Amino acid sequence: MLYIAKRLAFYLLAAFVAITVNFFLPRLTPGDPASTIVATYSTTLNEASLNALKAAYGLTDEPLFTQYVTYLGNILHGDFGRSLSNFPAPVTAIISAGFGWSILLGLTSVLISFVLGSALGALAAWRRGGLFDKLAPPVLLFLGSFPYFFLALLLFYLFCFKLQWFPMGNAYSSVNPPPFTLNGIGDVLFHLIAPAFTIVLVSLGPWTLNMRNAMIGVLSEDYLTLAEAKGLKPRRVLFAHAVRTALLPNVTALGAAIGGVFSGQLLTEIVFTYPGLGYSLMRAVSSVDYPLMQALFLIITLSVLVANFVVDTVYVLLDPRVRTGQEA
Amino acid sequence: MALYDTLAGARRKAFGSIPVTVGAVILVILVGSSALAQWIAPYNPKRATGGINEFPSLKHLFGTTGQGQDVLSQFLYGGQNTLWIAFTIAVLTTLLALIVALTAAYFRGWVDDVLTLVTNVFLVIPSLPLIVVLAAFLPPGPLTMIMVLTITGWAFGARLFRSQALSLREREFIAAAEDVGERRWRIVAIELLPNMGSVVAAYFVNQVIFAITAQASLEFLGLGDGGQVTWGSMLFWAQNTSALIRGAWWTFVVPGMAIALTAFSLALINNAVDELGNPRLRADRLLRRAGVRKPSASLMTPVKRNA
Repeated sequence: MLYIAKRLAFYLLAAFVAITVNFFLPRLTPGDPASTIVATYSTTLNEASLNALKAAYGLTDEPLFTQYVTYLGNILHGDFGRSLSNFPAPVTAIISAGFGWSILLGLTSVLISFVLGSALGALAAWRRGGLFDKLAPPVLLFLGSFPYFFLALLLFYLFCFKLQWFPMGNAYSSVNPPPFTLNGIGDVLFHLIAPAFTIVLVSLGPWTLNMRNAMIGVLSEDYLTLAEAKGLKPRRVLFAHAVRTALLPNVTALGAAIGGVFSGQLLTEIVFTYPGLGYSLMRAVSSVDYPLMQALFLIITLSVLVANFVVDTVYVLLDPRVRTGQEA
Repeated sequence: MALYDTLAGARRKAFGSIPVTVGAVILVILVGSSALAQWIAPYNPKRATGGINEFPSLKHLFGTTGQGQDVLSQFLYGGQNTLWIAFTIAVLTTLLALIVALTAAYFRGWVDDVLTLVTNVFLVIPSLPLIVVLAAFLPPGPLTMIMVLTITGWAFGARLFRSQALSLREREFIAAAEDVGERRWRIVAIELLPNMGSVVAAYFVNQVIFAITAQASLEFLGLGDGGQVTWGSMLFWAQNTSALIRGAWWTFVVPGMAIALTAFSLALINNAVDELGNPRLRADRLLRRAGVRKPSASLMTPVKRNA
């Protein structure tokens, strides 16, 4: 329990840092971007909105500390500001539309690549020196060298444009989100395949290679020789003894990888015009919508922190040492 | 001396293996051709010198872009811009990570705690959204790119180097140096640092890969300097002129493959370096050389845990 509490405190601190960075960035960067932003919009916005914008970027007479407290209060109330490109709409409204789709795509692809990668890595180590063990590492290394969005471009061109196996973008065929029926779910899954496949392909490598290396370490331990000597079936040695231990580093890495995969996912979404947060980010960048960018930064960071916390909790279930209070 | 021995040993062993040779050849071709861009590029990379989206031909070996520029010339000049920025970022992040890790190892106690905490916070915050926000508030250009990616890219290295320093600290030669009464800064600089050579080298190579991909990602999003030709900006323009839907695959395959091949060649080299430092991974090849065909899983040479 202490372990969980410690982790929770850490994530709260990280969230606090992210929020603070978000607050000070427009106020402290050289060249005074805040004034430029306000000047750009001074002709298109009415006075009330302009004042709100000024307040959001610290162009008021209030002392910095008061502004900061107000800002923290707003965040706690879920008020992340208003979008500039889509003016009166609060940024949360724009983001919430894409949030679900990003979560769906992210969870699917991370889970598939984690399970598949760990299985392949275990297999490679178990059949050490076999054909698969020789071929897999360089192939995966090569795929992992692709920036997410480049592989996305390639696959999009090949499967969606040339072969037309998969739809060219969007998350469903109809104008409105499909109903929660078998057909509707099928349609959503069909649109999910190409982007998810891209992410799995790029992120598979590290899981496989880490698992392989961890397995090789574990396989040379005495207790495995003992298990084999006891006459246990190879499958039982593999799963009950080797994999369970070798999986731990991968689970630790899962937490660290979520942020990276999510970053890659945002770009993949842009290529496949998948209506997730990546699309919002693209829109924010191309229309220089600072509040939207900042809110995306905060919301993505907070989601990744939550995901990390979940992984930590799972870790406790897997590693008895953590449960009893020792350091992992 | 120790560092020199490591390097010489690495060179001797590494060039026996195919992956490293392949990696080195690809890397030399890519870096070499980019370095010679001024002399071998057939056209000005920024000018329209042909039709729009022309298929590769003798006149334009890699075809032309949606704005009629020569893709080959863009690839060459783009490589130059991409690689020097990536190299600078890799140097800076490695240095920053080393400074943080060694400061933590030197002062220990609360300084170590604070630095570790800061490192972990940086590690857990997803980089792309942070990079986007940072880059958006700063004027676009190479300097911003270098600054933003250095700020967001050092944390993993600091953690890696710190744990390496901690495990080295338990070794006997450090204890001996302490007993002799060596100063702590001297232990850090003379005893710790040279022994971290292979880890630092591997990390540095990884950082070049990170910097190339991260840079390309930012430019692809449109946060680069629009006037500069880089591999990332080539991809950005390919996407923005709908090259995909017009079937002009050469406009994105060329810069994309350039990025992927650079990263791949570096990863190949790095994996071999990793194998040199990790006896368990190396055992395979040694056993094969010794005539053992297929070592069964449990027949692995037992390697002591903390050896």
